[in-house]
Amino acid sequence: MPTPATTASTGPGAARPRPPAPGGRARRRRAGGSLLAYALVAPAALFYAFFVLRPIATSVQYSFYDWNGVTTATWAGFDNYIAVLSEPKLVGAIGNAFELILYFSVVPVAIALFAANLIRSIAASRLATAARTVLFIPQVIPLVAAGIIWSWQLSSDGLANQILRSVGLDALTRAWLGDFDTALPAVGVIGAWVQVGLCLVLILAGMTRIDASLYEAARIDGAGPVREFFSITLPGVRQEIAVCVTVTVISALASFDIIYVATQGGPGDSTLVPGLQIFYLAFFEREIGTASAFSIVLMALVIVVVLPLQRLLRGRES
Amino acid sequence: MITSRREKIIGRVILVVLMLVTVLPFVSIFVTALHEPGSYPQGIEWPETPHWENFGLAFQSADMFRLLGSSMLIELGVVPAAVLLATLAGFGLGHLRPVGARAVFIVFILGLTLPFEGIITPLYFQIRDLGILNTRWAIILPLIGLFMPFAVTWMRANFATIPRELSEAARVDGATTWHLFWRIHVPLSVPAISSLAILLFLWTWNQFLLAIVLVADPAQRTMAGALGAFQGRYGTDIPLLCAGSLLILTPTLIVFLVFQRKFVSALLQGSLKG
Repeated sequence: MPTPATTASTGPGAARPRPPAPGGRARRRRAGGSLLAYALVAPAALFYAFFVLRPIATSVQYSFYDWNGVTTATWAGFDNYIAVLSEPKLVGAIGNAFELILYFSVVPVAIALFAANLIRSIAASRLATAARTVLFIPQVIPLVAAGIIWSWQLSSDGLANQILRSVGLDALTRAWLGDFDTALPAVGVIGAWVQVGLCLVLILAGMTRIDASLYEAARIDGAGPVREFFSITLPGVRQEIAVCVTVTVISALASFDIIYVATQGGPGDSTLVPGLQIFYLAFFEREIGTASAFSIVLMALVIVVVLPLQRLLRGRES
Repeated sequence: MITSRREKIIGRVILVVLMLVTVLPFVSIFVTALHEPGSYPQGIEWPETPHWENFGLAFQSADMFRLLGSSMLIELGVVPAAVLLATLAGFGLGHLRPVGARAVFIVFILGLTLPFEGIITPLYFQIRDLGILNTRWAIILPLIGLFMPFAVTWMRANFATIPRELSEAARVDGATTWHLFWRIHVPLSVPAISSLAILLFLWTWNQFLLAIVLVADPAQRTMAGALGAFQGRYGTDIPLLCAGSLLILTPTLIVFLVFQRKFVSALLQGSLKG
């Protein structure tokens, strides 16, 4: 029976044809193969179980206790969950995360769709190839760097206000990240800037795979560009859109890095999001129970939002 | 394809606008980095006398050599191990397909959408109890585990697409499973393995949350974590902060521009599968 140790030690020279064992051969190989297969999966599974599944289980456990991380924990029942779903500050953080979906996901996907549709005909040009590289830069740099770069652009002396002043809109200038009304949309701009390139390149790749004869047929039938977009292009890139939406929605719900460097959740709690709130609860306010309950709620939220999108994605493959 | 001239011109204009929006923030921090330290320049404004020495100053204050070294050590700890574990597991689940492989695979998939913030609290206590808090192991070991859902899914998908006839033929010729893996499957999987390595390299380099929670000393962190600390120290000196940010970004940008085609296709495939 091939165990990992013996198969690993049979070097290249040890390959000898095995005597055929008709009948029982397939079954025996299957049983032995199973053991070997699991031995190969085991190291990955152990790391995953110990550093991901175990913390999830511990999170569930902590979430039912009142604990400051040092002294003895006391049973709290569902109190922590009730706090997460009723305290205005914590509920507000969840609300902010959902508002961020608009900026991190809806806006970039819409821009990408619009732009990709206009670029489609020159997708193979040298300019488009260069654009592919340039538009990908925000995906490659750390989100923290994007946050720092944009904090400066959106500050009172930054590029955003400089542009406004140069066109005479001085009245609109402000510290975009420091204003209660504009802080969350301003953070959203940073997220949109990061995501739009990925969405554009992905959707454009999908569009170039659409059969060109469909467009020719549509034009011969006299379909206008709008009609063409809705009846050929949009259905053709459904899968790519689902991917973009999935990736960007997760980045909105689980946002942390950008907001940590750009606003720290402020001013007030206007840009507080679940990720940041969990961090504060666990490591500053020492409310391990509430932080854990919030973690569980966040994980559940992501799954509840993403699963239907995945179904949409699979819808086309089958 | 029937396309008019006007459409092509509009397309070009859109592309140029998008590229400008992407690049302008970088231009802005570059120009700002050349201003006198401690001053408050306006948006994009070329300084009267460019202070090129800011980059040297920032290089020293950020302790760039140690940061680069620390990030590389973390990369060396994470990427080869994660790629190896995922390749073995992917072969097991994607090619050998033992009884129950589907169930095991589903457990891995469950981790795909996991936000890291979801487990950071218990992870902190777990790492503390292991006695590796404030060491690079505190980032390396959890990251390997956290990368497994994606990496195993990725490698499994790769091994599942290798034609079964190839393996059957090799079996008939008497190849052992080890041979099959090492001589046939791994060589055919080089593109998938290298794409995975690139993605994991990038995600490790840019990892922020684990770095700031589990490692207090910026010199033991990832590049992104160190950048966070740099902002905390020089947040008020805008030109110096800009110079430091640019320096910390430069290695990523160089690696990206060198391997750009590979990067773009890896990230695209990565998001399609993830």
